[in-house]
Amino acid sequence: MKFRLLPLLVLLSTGAHAAGGENLMHAEVDLGNRASLQRGARTFVNYCVSCHSAGYARYSRVASDLGIPEKVVAENMMFTTEKVGDTMQVAMRKEDGEAWFGVAPPDLSVIARARGADWLTTFLSTFYLDPKRPAGANNLAFPDTAMPHVLWELQGLKRASTETRVEGGREVTRVVGLETVSAGLQSDEDYAGTVRDLVNFLVYLGEPAKLVRYKIGFWVMLFLFGFFWIAYLLKKEYWRDVH
Amino acid sequence: MKAVSRPWYAASLEWVDARFPLTKMWDEHLAKYYAPKNFNFWYYFGSLALLVLVIQIGTGIWLTMNYKPDAERAFESVEYIMRDVEWGWFIRYMHSTGASAFFVVIYLHMFRGMIYGSYKTPRELIWLIGMLIYLTLMGEAFFGYLLPWGQMSFWGAKVIVSLFGAIPVIGEWLSTLVRGDFGISDVTLNRFFALHVVAMPLILCALVVVHILALHEVGSNNPDGVEIKKKKGPDGVPLDGIPFHPYYTVKDIVGVAGFFIVYFGIIFFAPEVGGYFIEHNNFIPADPFKTPSHIAPVWYFTPYYSVLRATTSEFMWVVAIGTVLLVLLYWKEFKGAWRLVVPIAALALVGGYFTIDAKFWGVVLMGLSVLIFCALPWLDRSQVKSIRYRGPLTRIALAVFVVSFLVLGYLGTKTPTVALTRAAQVCTVLYFAYFLLMPIYSRIDTTKPVPERVTH
Repeated sequence: MKFRLLPLLVLLSTGAHAAGGENLMHAEVDLGNRASLQRGARTFVNYCVSCHSAGYARYSRVASDLGIPEKVVAENMMFTTEKVGDTMQVAMRKEDGEAWFGVAPPDLSVIARARGADWLTTFLSTFYLDPKRPAGANNLAFPDTAMPHVLWELQGLKRASTETRVEGGREVTRVVGLETVSAGLQSDEDYAGTVRDLVNFLVYLGEPAKLVRYKIGFWVMLFLFGFFWIAYLLKKEYWRDVH
Repeated sequence: MKAVSRPWYAASLEWVDARFPLTKMWDEHLAKYYAPKNFNFWYYFGSLALLVLVIQIGTGIWLTMNYKPDAERAFESVEYIMRDVEWGWFIRYMHSTGASAFFVVIYLHMFRGMIYGSYKTPRELIWLIGMLIYLTLMGEAFFGYLLPWGQMSFWGAKVIVSLFGAIPVIGEWLSTLVRGDFGISDVTLNRFFALHVVAMPLILCALVVVHILALHEVGSNNPDGVEIKKKKGPDGVPLDGIPFHPYYTVKDIVGVAGFFIVYFGIIFFAPEVGGYFIEHNNFIPADPFKTPSHIAPVWYFTPYYSVLRATTSEFMWVVAIGTVLLVLLYWKEFKGAWRLVVPIAALALVGGYFTIDAKFWGVVLMGLSVLIFCALPWLDRSQVKSIRYRGPLTRIALAVFVVSFLVLGYLGTKTPTVALTRAAQVCTVLYFAYFLLMPIYSRIDTTKPVPERVTH
């Protein structure tokens, strides 16, 4: 007997985890660092929004959350709309994206929640030259990614140094490190800072409520512990005649 | 006659009572419902389950105000709730955390029934109605999980619905009927929405009422498994009973406070619970053309999912041997015509194991692993209800069951390897052994004398 679910189940049982948790860099997320979030927002609108939308996020919300005056946002950050209440859309059409990159660049509103901050940090840091790729660049976190190295002018260009070893009777070539081919506008430390700020901003963008929920949560917990204590005393009082 | 002046509310209550049994119901179910006085920690989870149900309905109503059951807009509308709706993120996290909390509370509630033998006479019906609630809850959770329309919503639903396809002859027809389409689509989303917000909650609420009515008819069990109604005072009140209100209402408030500390702690500090309550992949919109490399159901379904995956064609040998062993073990129980019917049925089954695809038997075993709880009242042959007065065999069996259930649950979240599948198969055998050998070990196990009255 044949069942249509068979191929699906086989697929399920062979799959590995999406992000491939191995060897990820550590992201230093600090949503309390407003300056970092603002720098991240600047990088985001300058480099990312040309291709990627953040279709669930509004400029006005970013402005108020990050403490940037709406006027500054309107003049410096908005390239696709006039209205500060609009969501962060992209000028590029989806069909064009598919034609140019083979896949439409995904919306980035919740990318940090799907991929995780560590993965994003690794992704943004590990582009390297690869003539076999259409856009000339490959990536360690996301092999054969369709995305070109958009931040190349900041980071400069890197080349993969590989190592070929014989494993189990077969020759296996692995990337063991990245070395600079030509320096970018930023030093390695400065670029790491840029990536940290950008990832920080993406984490905020994924869940703006994160800015407030820890603070509210603290007071809720404080109240609940008090409530628990009073409820316990009330119970004790009532149950005195049972024991 | 002298006119008695009474406060207005007493007069109003009298007016209502003459037309509706308000006071009578209050007394029957709260003020004069006598519950055993020795309830312990495990007895919080019944009232907590009711609380979570209310939370889910309340937050669900508010989510529905902004959610759009439309394949083009569902994902977007959830993000709209998370960002643009006032306190929308809070309501949504209450609902998503509430879903998992519901299963935590229900599993602990069921475990309570299992350790204290609450399913035994005269509470078999309460247990069966409870099982119906559990099954409805599973349906409710499954339908609801499609609504955010993320990758896990889509592919999870696809996998589960295609399980129906494993049923011979009508399988494909049945899964098409459930989906309303040949694949998971906008049509499916719409009908799952209808089932999630109208049909399932209605059935749930009705069943909960029936569950409580049945409970209040026979009275609550307790950690000692003693029937308190056997020892009544001259006023007809059980000696070990105390009115539910105010004693257990104030006690349950403590339970509510404790539950809230955990529940709101998760909502405010870790609503995703590391991808277990809200899966990372569900932040990618559903894409029918891109299969995620790893599909796992939400944690509360993973024990059964593990049973499904453990059932390989190789494993059918184990199932076959198990079937034969069971027939031999219980041979004495079969009388008359059964001595003919059972071996033939067993033989037919074993034949089926090796002719019909193992995936089908996986679905069967998965269904059985859920439904087998229904049989507990009849599998348990002990003279004693509570684990407190049972012997080592029952305790060991229960411990093995708990461990295998947890391990199966853990394995269901992992990508299977040869070793993990082997572990899942071992746990599947132990899981079923707990139930299928219960008639034997529960009978031969030693017992301690049960006291006349509840202990403290």
